[in-house]
Amino acid sequence: MSWKKDEDSDDLGALMNLDHSVVLQEARVFNETPIRPRQSRLLLAKIVFLLYRGDSMSTTEATNLFFSITKLFQCKDMSLRQMVYLTIKELSTISEDVIMVTSSLMKDMQPTSEITYRANAIRALCKIVDPSMLPGIERFLKAAIVEKSATIASSSLVSSLHLFNEAKDVVRRWGNEVSEALNGKSLSQGSSFFGSSSSQGQVVSTSNIVQYHAIGLLYAIRQHDRMAVLKLVQSFSGQKSGGWMGGGSSSALRSNAAHVMLIRYAVRVMESDSSLAPQLHGLLEEWIRHRSDMVSLEAARAVCQLKDVSDKQLTAAVNALQLFLSSPKAVVRFAAIRTLNVLARTHPEAVQPCNVDMEGLITDSNRSVATFAITTLLKTGNEASVERLMKQMQGFMAEISDEFKIIVAEAVRSLCGKFPSKHGLFLGFLSGVLRDEGGYEFKRAAIEAIVDLAKHVGECREVALGHLCEFIEDCEFTKLSVRVLHFLGEEGPATARPTVYIRHIYNRVVLENAVVRAAAVSALAKFGAAPRADAALQRSVRVLLARCLDDRDDEVRDRAAWGLRMTAADQTRGRYVRDDSTFSLAVLERRLVAYCADPHAKSARFDFAAVPRISRAQEEETRHRVRLDAMDQVLTGSTLPATQAAGAKEDTPKSAGAGAEEADRAAQYARQLAAIPELAAFGERPLVSSQRAAELTEAETEYVVRCVKHVYERHIVFQFDVTNTIAEQVLEQVEVAMESDDIDGLLQPVVAMAIPVLRYDAPAAAYVAFERLTEDAVAASFACTLKFIVKECDPATGEPEEGDDGFDDDYSLEAVDLGPGDFMLATYIPDSDTLWESLAESESVETFALSSFSSIEECVAKVCDLLNMCPLDNALAPRSKAAHKAAFTGKWLGHAKTVARTRMAYQKGAGVTMELAVRSEDPAVSELVVSAIA
Amino acid sequence: MGHYVSKFTSLFAWGNREVRILILGLDGAGKTTILYRLQIGDVVSTIPTIGFNVETVVYKNIKFQVWDLGGQTSIRPYWRCYYANTDAVIYVVDSCDRDRIGTSRDELASMLEEEELKEASLLVFANKQDMKGAMSSAEVSEALGLPRLKSRQWAIYKTSALKGEGLDEGLDWLVGSIQ
Repeated sequence: MSWKKDEDSDDLGALMNLDHSVVLQEARVFNETPIRPRQSRLLLAKIVFLLYRGDSMSTTEATNLFFSITKLFQCKDMSLRQMVYLTIKELSTISEDVIMVTSSLMKDMQPTSEITYRANAIRALCKIVDPSMLPGIERFLKAAIVEKSATIASSSLVSSLHLFNEAKDVVRRWGNEVSEALNGKSLSQGSSFFGSSSSQGQVVSTSNIVQYHAIGLLYAIRQHDRMAVLKLVQSFSGQKSGGWMGGGSSSALRSNAAHVMLIRYAVRVMESDSSLAPQLHGLLEEWIRHRSDMVSLEAARAVCQLKDVSDKQLTAAVNALQLFLSSPKAVVRFAAIRTLNVLARTHPEAVQPCNVDMEGLITDSNRSVATFAITTLLKTGNEASVERLMKQMQGFMAEISDEFKIIVAEAVRSLCGKFPSKHGLFLGFLSGVLRDEGGYEFKRAAIEAIVDLAKHVGECREVALGHLCEFIEDCEFTKLSVRVLHFLGEEGPATARPTVYIRHIYNRVVLENAVVRAAAVSALAKFGAAPRADAALQRSVRVLLARCLDDRDDEVRDRAAWGLRMTAADQTRGRYVRDDSTFSLAVLERRLVAYCADPHAKSARFDFAAVPRISRAQEEETRHRVRLDAMDQVLTGSTLPATQAAGAKEDTPKSAGAGAEEADRAAQYARQLAAIPELAAFGERPLVSSQRAAELTEAETEYVVRCVKHVYERHIVFQFDVTNTIAEQVLEQVEVAMESDDIDGLLQPVVAMAIPVLRYDAPAAAYVAFERLTEDAVAASFACTLKFIVKECDPATGEPEEGDDGFDDDYSLEAVDLGPGDFMLATYIPDSDTLWESLAESESVETFALSSFSSIEECVAKVCDLLNMCPLDNALAPRSKAAHKAAFTGKWLGHAKTVARTRMAYQKGAGVTMELAVRSEDPAVSELVVSAIA
Repeated sequence: MGHYVSKFTSLFAWGNREVRILILGLDGAGKTTILYRLQIGDVVSTIPTIGFNVETVVYKNIKFQVWDLGGQTSIRPYWRCYYANTDAVIYVVDSCDRDRIGTSRDELASMLEEEELKEASLLVFANKQDMKGAMSSAEVSEALGLPRLKSRQWAIYKTSALKGEGLDEGLDWLVGSIQ
């Protein structure tokens, strides 16, 4: 029976229970003479297993172990040696003094060794050398790269790629060898004629993997040289048929994986230099017709993701993808549908020809394929096809699992926004699926979809609320009941017949658990405190709330008591119930974290006043956008669109949701500025920071400069974010010279801070600060010049060449203007109507005839820009073309609350006539703000 | 009879087990060249040893497991990791390097103090005798302080690894000393 135990110890189960210290104890076996290869090998396997399992090993332990293992080099057993290589690689990052095996590994990688030794020794050696030792082994690595054996060539290529990050200069010298490996004859030809390798009975690889590894390394070496990459791509264009026979300059790659990489490199060239795009485009189209699925898919994907792709160019790619949709291989279908899904976001019309094929995939046995099919169809579908699609989905909703149902619900939710006129259809679908069985996440997704509809599509609000009421009558999820009750409290009071909802809500008070009861009581209080609530309704609500005072739960009783107080006759209290503003949550979180982290801060109370407030609408908007981004990422699993989305965000005009983001950015600026001692002296934080950076350079120039203005109590700081877009240059002593046209001398320059070193693509900030000698706002224009010292550098390392003293240079920038708007903090002020009434004395009114505007929309956007205040409600989205009223709020120098109201009228020919009225807590400000327009 | 038994046990012992030998000395003394001269009987081109080389050498039917450890300053501290179970140390000196003979003596002295090497025999090779101006073995012996060594079997031979002179004589002594 005893032998059986031995057998068990080889099991994975036994390995799982390995004890770290026991294994290290056993390592004594390595020191024995003679070596026992089998035992040593097993023990090495255990050690590697421990490391893979994530056990941490101290440096001393690892070093001791390492030195024991070096003794195994005396044994010639091949399997043992392979295990030794493997363990050394794992220990190389933990143990000290790993260079002790350098000589041994170098001996093993000599051409006289066996192939197995050589390849593995190369991999291990590259793990332990430090860059300073590399020149010593360079000769051997170069020889190994051009080795006939694929095993050796691949291992040296891959190792070189790893080394490239540490020793770019050395590896770059191997370009010729790497090209040779890339262009080398395929192994099957070579070894049959000459071959020490074939005589050793090596398995001949047919995958041509060497090409794949070689192209990766070659690109790494040449990636900064655009023309070299272009040449690389063109050398494998494969356009000359029969090129492989003569081994001519344009042969095709044998390795499909290498070909895929080649396509990606081609795309990078096209992206970095659009002038090269046309010639490469032909190649991509050629490759779409490649006989390998892999290459064809990659080429099609590359075309689909090009930035300025024309519909005509897309056709070929989409046609190829369409064929792949009916491939018997799930992975091919997946790759195709996923590419189409991403494409559908930007070019839905180009994907439409595939609609029929995609509908077939909805019922695909591979769920990922089916999910992409649905979400793609929803993007490409038009109003007519949506109806059909919904019917189809209804058909299989019962058959699919919950996680898939969630995706469908999310998709329907996004459709609601796209086709609001189909709300009846969507509501029917959603309420239908709510009645079916389903888990929490799925029900939540469906509820959120209905909530969205109720919020955004006015006509269907009451129906939607009705469905929600019906849902909570029989809802097993407390959280969802609370969510719905809260929403009913928000929306219900504004409807025509609030009493209907009150009945449903009160039912919850009678029937549900404490958490739901508390939520129901809060909702009731909102009905009672609503401005539209008539006396009778209010009385009824108070009666209901009074009944809740006897609830057996503390929280419910407390809420009921509070609700009763708030619904009492005094209407101003109603504000607490209907609070329409909230803290900027991102800023609040950051402040709270800072507050908790700072031991000194705890003696004082947390300063809520310092946290900017934003309107509920803004918060909702932000949340909505975050959700959309997240959903996009989940659906596509790609990061590329995320950057596109970020780019698009900057372009969109200031939407209501931007407020939260700005508050967040202001907090970041404040932190950056506070870190600079010269500027920190001006005050704890700037009172006002520009919302958007002003571009001072054209797009696509050598240097990109953006300006952000920060206004302090007595100072103004100009922050210049400078980016160096030339890889071959390092700029030093970068500063901005500002010349003011301020004749009164109200601004005195006090600080100018240069950027000591500006490397390629690493933006940094230079600052110029002025002292303000007057209390008032100052209007001025500054001519700006960027001054710096240019030094040539190696693009790879970013280090300037030795002995290059550089030369002075300057670069003209656009002028920077300072106006009243720069002193205004655009912030949302809740209840601005009351504020407006209370500030009647400070009003300043002026009427302007603005003939240069050709529409109200254009005018109001410009006004908003000049005032630099926060637009309220639909300020930026005029409902009529002829007349518009808008209101803005802001805080002058971050404290004086200011409200601006404007009325505009547009007449064709005469342009826009505008009346602007401003009221502020500081009367002088009203006038100043009005002057911003003049 | 006693003689016969001792002969028998030694044969038995060396038949199963290899003799473990360390080749030590300052960098550039010729350790790696000596190792491969012993193993393959020829001169190979060498580069400074970063770490160690280990080879099996068969001499007069005895298997030697020879460890050639790098002599650079940075590697010397690791010599100690390989002292255990060592039967003999071959200490190689560059006979032309009069400047560093003191350093060589210090390294030798600190090595011989190690507990693990208490039983090991010491064979010194005064190498590079083919070069002009090389110190004689007596000079080297005196410079290393060998005559003052107590309770240690030692011998010194003048060698030229390039020409292959003196190595066999040294090994013969070694074979005798460890049996």
